[in-house]
Amino acid sequence: MRPTPAAPPARRRREGLRALLWLSPWLIGFAVFFVYPLAATVYFSFHRYDLFTLEFVGLDNYRYLLTDDRALTSIGNTLWLVVFMVPAQLLFALGVAWLVTRLKAGAGFFRTVFYLPSLIPTVAGTVAFVFLLNPATGPMNQFLELFGIAGPDWFGDKDWAKPSLTLLGMWGTGNTMVIFLAALLDVPKHLYEAAALDGAGAWRRFRSVTLPTISPVLLFSAVTGVIYALQYFTQAMIAARVASGSTDSPGSSFTPGYPEMSTLTLPQWLFQMGFRDFSMGYACVLALLLFAASMLLTLVLLRRFRGLEEVS
Amino acid sequence: MSTAPAVLPRTPGPAVRRPTAAGLRRRRALHWIAVHSVAIALAIMFLAPLVFIALTALMTDQQALTSRLWPHSWNWGNFAEVFARSPLLQWIGNTMLYAGLGTAFMLLSSVPVAYALARFRFPGRRAAFLAVITMMMLPPQVVAVPVYLIWARAELTGTLWPLILPMLLGDAFSIFLLRQFLLTIPREYTEAARVDGCSDLATLLRIVLPMARPAIAAVALFQFFYCWNDYYGPLLYASTNVDNWTLSIGLASFKALHSVQWNLTMAATLLVMAPVIIVFFLAQRVFIEGVTLTGVKG
Repeated sequence: MRPTPAAPPARRRREGLRALLWLSPWLIGFAVFFVYPLAATVYFSFHRYDLFTLEFVGLDNYRYLLTDDRALTSIGNTLWLVVFMVPAQLLFALGVAWLVTRLKAGAGFFRTVFYLPSLIPTVAGTVAFVFLLNPATGPMNQFLELFGIAGPDWFGDKDWAKPSLTLLGMWGTGNTMVIFLAALLDVPKHLYEAAALDGAGAWRRFRSVTLPTISPVLLFSAVTGVIYALQYFTQAMIAARVASGSTDSPGSSFTPGYPEMSTLTLPQWLFQMGFRDFSMGYACVLALLLFAASMLLTLVLLRRFRGLEEVS
Repeated sequence: MSTAPAVLPRTPGPAVRRPTAAGLRRRRALHWIAVHSVAIALAIMFLAPLVFIALTALMTDQQALTSRLWPHSWNWGNFAEVFARSPLLQWIGNTMLYAGLGTAFMLLSSVPVAYALARFRFPGRRAAFLAVITMMMLPPQVVAVPVYLIWARAELTGTLWPLILPMLLGDAFSIFLLRQFLLTIPREYTEAARVDGCSDLATLLRIVLPMARPAIAAVALFQFFYCWNDYYGPLLYASTNVDNWTLSIGLASFKALHSVQWNLTMAATLLVMAPVIIVFFLAQRVFIEGVTLTGVKG
């Protein structure tokens, strides 16, 4: 690409105005739905606010966080998802994608089958999984029984609820799988051939040729995967609701986390505090915690992916 | 169906330096069988949930409470029962309103922004793009409280408008995806149009839009599906008003309202899934190409 000659100042200014005009809807959106709310969240976090009265309380909300067992539990659960669910999804997606690259027959068909579950509406998929893993009538434990394994209570057991959600996540990992598949197919063939000539085995070829080539894609998926895990809400909420048999009517006393707070994630507790208990000031403290974590990850992503910003 | 075991014994012994042609062919065949067997087993695992949902949806009330997996009788009436017992049509209507208007508004607002970010040279372009990335990565719960208060002041809580109207101001993910695609269109096309005296708008409409059709189709489908599947948004804004429930909200409460009737719950689940699956098969290529676009290279 030839460097474009520097534009005269008048033209530059005109270009700037033109861009401002085209970007204005987005700039308004950014101000109204990001800049203002973020500032307001910081402001509210120092106040007690329940939609009617606003009272300055200093650092009380922050202090309360340290003594709020449920908040700490929810943070622990969210971290569990980051540490176990995200890697499980990524490794599984990579394995499935690799498998598809090895297929000589029906690769397109298999790709479709593996991608399809990721499109299933989250609520529908979760309701279905609670049924499939239902210890009394669901097919999963019957299947395990064929091998003499007594299946657990899955969504009804506090130790198995998060692994059950992980299974659901792996079932719906098709998006990542398709991305990895494209990356794997992009690895230049001659690199493999060169490695094979040097006598490298399959594992060695994977480690020395495939991994380095696709590592940017892996990192991108890992960071976005962690950011999605930080937002994890719907699956946990629905699983708890369906497994415990609670209703969703307005004013109902459903508290998320069934069984025994094991599925309570940070966004759920934030939702509960802010919009069910109307402790909005405290909810803002939880929101800022979420913000700090996700921004940290975004920075990692941007540092590594300077290429994202490049313009051809 | 293949009856070969999933894992086949490998040829024993250390690798032979000069394998015979027949031995090589044999190893290739074994490898072929092994890989395809694993793929078939995995495919069955991926599809099994959908099959069991469909089977249960057709059972009688009594049978759905037993551990039998195959329906005694095929109760197609369960689907009608779902429509009779719940305002499913109203939920579909609300979901269509949210997904349809949301997608239309998103396209209207995001395409020009993505075009400007990809093509115009102006000071602050980098900052503007970083703002898009930041918004894209922002968990919606972070700004939920003040944003909720905005809509409460506008007296629009209890409706789906707080979810639809912001789409008029652009959606970060769509802008990002469209921009990445528009960057791949050679500058020569737009420059030529400009030399011919086309305005920016005319260039966008006549030159860029036709070339960007796959990317636009992909973001439109993603947005539509996002809205169709969204639970958090409608729960926050519309769950207090039963008339504005979407399919997600309705389905979430379905099991509780018809407590032990797994057959009806699965029939409802299937009805929610069906349109998504049908659209996917009609527009498969768009999806796969769109997803590939999101996996950015460094």
